Parts: sequence; C-alpha cells; structure tokens
Amino acid sequence: MENEKIKAEADDIRTPFKEFIRKFKKQKTALVAFAFIILLVVIAFISYSVVPYGINEYDYNAIMQGPSAQHWFGTDEFGRDLFSRILCGTRISLSVGLLSVTIGAVLGTILGLLGGYYGGILDSIIMRICDVLFAFPGIILAIAIVAILGSGLYNVVIAVAVFSTPTFARLVRSTTLSYKNSVFVQAAQNLGASDARILFQHILPAAIPNIIVQYTMSIGNSILTASSLSFLGLGAKPPTPEWGLLLSNGRNYMMSSWHITLFPGIAIFLTVLAFNLLGDGLRDALDPKLSD
Amino acid sequence: MFRYIVKRIIGVIPTLILVVTFVFLFVRMIPGDPARLVAGEQATQEDVEIIREELGLNESLPTQYVNYVKGLFKGDLGTSLRTKRPVLTEVSNRYANTVRLTLLSLAWSSVVGILLGVWSGRHRSKWQDYTGMTLAVSGISLPTFWIGFMLIIVFSVNLKWFPTTGADGLANLVLPAFTLGTSVAAVVARFTRSSMIEVLKEDYIRTARAKGLKEKAIVWGHAFRNSMISVVTVIGLQFGYLLGGSVVTESVFAFPGLGSLLIESVNYRDYPAIQSLILIFSLHFIVINLLVDILYAVLNPEIQLS
Repeated sequence: MENEKIKAEADDIRTPFKEFIRKFKKQKTALVAFAFIILLVVIAFISYSVVPYGINEYDYNAIMQGPSAQHWFGTDEFGRDLFSRILCGTRISLSVGLLSVTIGAVLGTILGLLGGYYGGILDSIIMRICDVLFAFPGIILAIAIVAILGSGLYNVVIAVAVFSTPTFARLVRSTTLSYKNSVFVQAAQNLGASDARILFQHILPAAIPNIIVQYTMSIGNSILTASSLSFLGLGAKPPTPEWGLLLSNGRNYMMSSWHITLFPGIAIFLTVLAFNLLGDGLRDALDPKLSD
Repeated sequence: MFRYIVKRIIGVIPTLILVVTFVFLFVRMIPGDPARLVAGEQATQEDVEIIREELGLNESLPTQYVNYVKGLFKGDLGTSLRTKRPVLTEVSNRYANTVRLTLLSLAWSSVVGILLGVWSGRHRSKWQDYTGMTLAVSGISLPTFWIGFMLIIVFSVNLKWFPTTGADGLANLVLPAFTLGTSVAAVVARFTRSSMIEVLKEDYIRTARAKGLKEKAIVWGHAFRNSMISVVTVIGLQFGYLLGGSVVTESVFAFPGLGSLLIESVNYRDYPAIQSLILIFSLHFIVINLLVDILYAVLNPEIQLS
C-alpha cells in the first residue's frame, strides 16, 4: 500500500527526461524517421547475407538492364545487381556518417568545455582555430584535407570530422560559459569537486540536449558531404558500392540507363532525410520554449 | 556605428593572417616529398629537383613564407603545374562564371525561400505549413549532384530544353543555378518560417490586429519587415555555402568555373592551383561574413543603440 503510493508519487515527478519522452512521442514524423534509421542500421548489419546477388557478381548476359522482377533496381555496365549493391552500401554510408560526426562531436565537446571553463589563452587559441576552420566553406575544407592526405574513405572520415569539430566546440563552449557561474557549479566548487568532475558531471549534462540535436543534424550533412567527395572521385574507390560512387558511375550512362543514377540518389536522400527529420523532432522535443 | 564597423574589420585581420598561413603550410603538410608526388614515381631525380625549385620548396621555411606573402600582395599566385600558366590567369578566366552562377542561385533561392517561409509561417500548423516544410526538409536532404543529374536527364536528354554543359549564355546557367540554389532556398524557407512565427507572437502584431488592419498589411507590413533582419543574415551566410556547393554543381555540369578548376587541380595534384583556389574561396567567405555582420548591425537598431 505504502510502496504503491511512493511509486505513484515517483511517477508524478516530471523529470526533464520524462518530459522529453512525452514530447518526442508526439512527433510522429520524427518517430517514423527514427524507425527508418533503425531499419537502416539493421540493413547495414545483415545486408551482405540477405542480398539476392553478390556485390561483385558479374553477369554479362544482363548488362545495363532496367528495373525488373529479377533486378529490382536494374543492373550496371557489368551486369551487377544494383539493388544488392545499394543495400550493401548502407553500411559504408552509415559508418562514414556516424564515425566522422562522433569524432567531431567528441573533439569539439572537449575543446568547448576546456575553452569555456578555463577561458584565458587556452580559450583564445581554441576559438582562433575554430575561426580558421570556419573561414572555409564546409566542403572546401574537406577537399583541402583530402588533397593533403590523399583520396580514400578513411581520409574522407577525417576530413568530415575536422569540419564538424568547430560547430560542436562553439556550441559546448557557449553552454559552458552560461553555466560556469551558476549556483550548482559554485556549490560543487565549494564542496571541493575536481575540475574534471565539474566539467563532465555538472556542466556537460546541461549541454547534452544541444549536442544531441547538433549530432543528429550533422550526420545527415556529413553523409551528404562524404558521398559528394566520393562522387568527385576523392572518396571511395571502385568497386566499393558507396552510394556517391555508384551515382557518379551512372553519369556515363545517363542517356540510356537513368536507373543507375536514380536509385543511389534516392538511397542517399532517404537516409539524410531520416536524420534531418529526427533532428528536427529532437530539437522540438528538447526545446523548453516550445510547449505542446 | 562607425566604430563598430572598424572594430569588426580589425577583428578579421588575425583570421586572415591565420588562413594565409594555413594555406601556405598546406603544400608543406603533404606527407612525404611533395615534389616527388607531383613529379610522379618514374621521374628522375633531376626532374624532381626542377619541380622542387618551381614550388619554391628548396628555401628555408621562413623565406618561403615571406616570398609567398609578398607574391600574394603582388597578385602572384604561382604557376599552374598543369597548364604552365600563371594561376592568376587560370582563375580570372573562370572567375566571372562562378560569380554569375552563385549570384543567380542566390537570387532565385532567396526569393523562393522567403516566399515559402512566409507562406508556411503565417499558416502555422495548417496544410500550407506542412507542404512548405516538407519541401524545405527535402531540399536540405537532396544530394546536389543527384538533383543535377535528374535535371539533365529530364530537361537536357529527354526534353532537350537546355544544354547539358558549358557556360556561354543564360540557358547554360538555368540548370546549374537551380541545382546549386535548392538547398539554400530550403534553409532560407525554414529560417524565414521560424522568424515569422516568432514575430507574429509579438505585441505590436496584436495591436495591429486590434486596430483592424488587413491581414495582408500585418503579414507584409509588420511581420515580414521585422523578421527580415535575421533572414538577411542567414541569406548572407548561405553565400559561403554556395561557393562550396559550386564545386559539386560545376563538376556535374562540366561548368567552367572555380569549383571545377579546383577538382581538376586536385586530380592533377596541381598544388599551386589548389592552394590559391582554397585561399580565394576562403577570402571570399571571410569578406562576405564580415559584410553580413555589418549589414546586420546597420539593419538592427538594437545594435546601433548599444
């Protein structure tokens, strides 16, 4: 009896997390997008064992065929099944997107926390570096980095990570600045908490909502940038079934076989769209100013 | 106001110096011997030395830096390894094309973006809003190169309305400008919408309604004008995005501009050209951001007061 009462009271407490879940559940589009992303992750894991054809399975009797019952998305100039290749490409695009943004987010968050909290010369140096990185339009910076390191998927990951770092650094720095002198941080300082504890246990959690929104939005953008780089010939190399590369291959056959360009583009579009819609939904759910 | 502008201009100088330094160090950051990389595996040691000389890599780093900066002030961007002509000539041949392309893209995407944003914002949570915002979120999710190819397939290959490549007349600009502007229009629409929604909540809008002003006058005369202050900033910042996006768009349409020159140079390992182009893109971006900042201050009376 007593226990139930306590439990019921605990349920009544509106924690920010519960509030977020409640608001997020109302974002129908974002929920669909989230389900689609989970589907993509599943595809990324199992694609190689379920696709009807091997990604490099040549069939010279079925070259450049349009979509059909055997080949849903048609075939390319070597008779390879495009549906299988696009499905297997999911793993590449998702890992490139997630990996690069994760590196950027972790680096940016650490730099932002340090710069915002300690201020002084450290902050000036970090912010100057951000200024320089911001002085290049996104993809130009990525191209510059790839031009230095050489082309290839790994270098594309590094390039995209570098250009997403300053955004996170600025975001986390501004949150750190606004909480640095708040009462709970001063209380922690007075209790003798270490700087690391204050930064990661007290200030970082306050920045997490913004980081999550930025993170989700950046994934879409970085998948676009990475596929653009592959399209430009600076990323993945044939015969990798990377979506940007598949699309770039299609440009040679645009006159006769439009399906080679159409389907990889739809794959990129739907994936990026899902991350952007999820990001929008998260932003609305996490925004305290927006009440239902 | 004047003091603010001067302060902003002075504030940009350190960034400029750092960017020039970064771009200078660019060739020196390449792992291994850049001269060997440029010359190729089969080149003789003599050829490698000639290229090292050409790249100015045989001097000490500080001397190279001083020479580089001196060169910049004289408008000397080095010699292209690919065409053996001055990089400045290569750049100036194509500069106007890229400017035309980005300006045309910016023009149509601002107009369409603002109209779409106002339309969505004033009909918040109605079908107009959902339509507008679905278009906008699709616009930021579409790969530029894919839009380009689809346009070529439909309008050049099948309908034969526009040429696929080149930069001779307006007809050549239509498809690339549409491709390049799509995501900018989408960003502007999203931003205009949220800005409109904010402004429409203000007290003076309620006053305007209370005194019986027509809806058209409220939307365009009051809400639109006030939400434009921040929208102008976003449009300005998108200009930098257009410069970057031009690289992809120009490659799709084989459009002879700075972006396609950059990709040709990267593929050829033409380091002097890559270096100069990155510098040019960055300088434009910095200057545009500066102008946007100043414009914002001019437009926003709150900043003028402080």
